[in-house]
Amino acid sequence: MSQLPDQEETIVEPFTGGRLPPDDVVVAALRAGDETMFAALLDTWSRGMLWLARSHVSTNDSAEEIVQDTWLAVIRGIEGFEGRSSVKTWVYRILVNTAKKRGVRENRTVPWSSVFEQERPTVDRSRFQGVDDPFPGHWKELPTAWPTPEGEVLASEVRGRIAAALAELPPRQRAVITLRDVEGCTSEEVCEILEISAANQRVLLHRARAAVRGRLEEYFETARRSA
Amino acid sequence: MKRFSCDEVVELVTVYLEGELDAPRGGRFEEHLGGCEGCERYLGQFRATIGALGELPPTALPGEARERLLAAFRDRGRP
Repeated sequence: MSQLPDQEETIVEPFTGGRLPPDDVVVAALRAGDETMFAALLDTWSRGMLWLARSHVSTNDSAEEIVQDTWLAVIRGIEGFEGRSSVKTWVYRILVNTAKKRGVRENRTVPWSSVFEQERPTVDRSRFQGVDDPFPGHWKELPTAWPTPEGEVLASEVRGRIAAALAELPPRQRAVITLRDVEGCTSEEVCEILEISAANQRVLLHRARAAVRGRLEEYFETARRSA
Repeated sequence: MKRFSCDEVVELVTVYLEGELDAPRGGRFEEHLGGCEGCERYLGQFRATIGALGELPPTALPGEARERLLAAFRDRGRP
């Protein structure tokens, strides 16, 4: 990707996650009333925001309202933004605070401060050899190789499976994996947004990824058997 | 030094991908992978899962909400 020479070109590019211009450009554009830039942020971040909001409240409607309230707060607050964190972290922090208040009001709070995740292994113990087997702790049978997704149908089925797997995850795991792997946040950003430790972030992320991988494995296995 | 077993390796995949395994453990991890088709495959599938998550299509806000927010942005600062 070549660096675009000037701001005017930068802001008419269609943005995808991680391709937004640097924060100072974003902030200057928003303060100048650049609607294209505001729309770009809206379209780039709203998905992650909806998912994260949904971790705190019980309905999609509530989650949407939280996201809307967050953007309204961003519009009001952009003049006063001091740049102590990235714009993205700032926006997501507003979201988390808005969502928490709403969650309390709806009497649905998720224990975000709890650091204890279950110590349960992420891969079923029965997949590995026991103490009386020749190689304790090693695979009984190797994981089956996955087909390389070919064609749009398979790809869209896989996407559907992944979306379903995400929806099944416990809220904290879902929030972390959405921010990291779907939205492309760094681990530092996730820790700051969710106010969790690096170690806790890693545990939640690992459990979530292992669960989604497991769902895909089941899907490919079923597809293989019925083929 | 004790070798990692497969059930240990699968729990270290994210720490490894984050670059957070210290040198001796990182060395043992890679040594295990080099000789274990099952764990190599597991790591590959883990990476494929992460890649697929990054390719999920965006879910936009419903058009109405989006329009309302754009209007709010246009009107900002006005009395």
